[in-house]
Amino acid sequence: MKHVGEVKSSNYLLAKFENLVDWAVNSSRANSLWPMPFGTACCAIEFMATAASRFDFARFGMERQAFSPRQADVLICAGRLPFKLAPVIRRIYDQMPQPKWVISMGACASTGGVFDNYAMVQGIDTIVPVDVYVPGCPPPEGLLYGVLLLHKKIKGESLFDAVKRRDEQPLDEKGLRLPPETIDEISEPFGNSVHQFRSS
Amino acid sequence: MTAATSVPPVPGALRSEVARDGETVVFVAKERLLEAMRWLKETPGQEFDYLVDVTAVEFRDRERPLQVVYFLRSLQRKADVRVKVELPASEELAVDSVYSLWRGADWLEREVFDMFGVTFRGHPDLRRILMWETYAEGYPLRKSFPLRGRFSRAEQVRQALNVNPEANYSLEELSIADAAGDLPDDMRERLQRGERGVIPDPPAR
Repeated sequence: MKHVGEVKSSNYLLAKFENLVDWAVNSSRANSLWPMPFGTACCAIEFMATAASRFDFARFGMERQAFSPRQADVLICAGRLPFKLAPVIRRIYDQMPQPKWVISMGACASTGGVFDNYAMVQGIDTIVPVDVYVPGCPPPEGLLYGVLLLHKKIKGESLFDAVKRRDEQPLDEKGLRLPPETIDEISEPFGNSVHQFRSS
Repeated sequence: MTAATSVPPVPGALRSEVARDGETVVFVAKERLLEAMRWLKETPGQEFDYLVDVTAVEFRDRERPLQVVYFLRSLQRKADVRVKVELPASEELAVDSVYSLWRGADWLEREVFDMFGVTFRGHPDLRRILMWETYAEGYPLRKSFPLRGRFSRAEQVRQALNVNPEANYSLEELSIADAAGDLPDDMRERLQRGERGVIPDPPAR
């Protein structure tokens, strides 16, 4: 928003209506996120610490934790996700109303982390679309940083721009979110395990 | 590491060892396992009334047989014993279930079945417990099982996402009755036989 024309007083400003609506809507959304905690491992402990008094993410509008996906805005997957829970998190994601966002908290949720084995999903982005990845083994500050990044992302969205708007992403007829080649590619071993073969 | 001792008076005992922690390990012939376990549980002076755990060991040396290990405790006598059954790879991986002696063997034996593929004859409800029931990649703790599984990651994701989470609950637990149609046939039959709780008759009017 910028001042245009001859401005006699600084008590008003001109802006595109769309920008004004986006600003109002996005600020409201970003500052009243209701998280749906999906805690599966040690990250859930850090998540609880983030919610508790010392770090207190209620300061960022996450006062109410929605333990029902029907009333949640942001799904926070805190911890590694075994394949057995894959249909569960997908169901929870599908049950959340639009607009909705996903934070993948920690290396294990984002990539499988050290759990490069037969039982673990190698990144929840093979199951649900992810907006913010929090790396490593995040302490509460890490999650708070992720939340602030999500605020930033939300404030960049637009109701009027189809490119910036998040649409529903249903599973395809094979029951997958991504093409199989893409899933195989992003599930490849990395780091210390790149020298291992899949069969090892 | 272990010292061989004389064969204890357990029926079917082949040999015995004292483990490093001082606990007695009894190797039992697999045909006589149930007899030996009943003897250990019911003989006065033995009274091993608590089955702590059932697990299995497969060795890297392919020649060595797979062992099924039973940890028994006598709560009265504060005594422990370990019973091992050896299952050679050349024979069927099957052993009698001790469910009839200790009800706690139910889930423990299911776990060994799930992870090692050992069949427990006479178990009332032998099916996978940790992996989902339609899991088709094999038995994860076997040495022949690749660390990352047998299928590609995409196939694993596809199969995992196509599992119906409701299938893990009994018909009573399902609040939506029409999900019964989505269950696999064998599971639906089993549930209707009432192996997961009895399905009550409709109330008389």
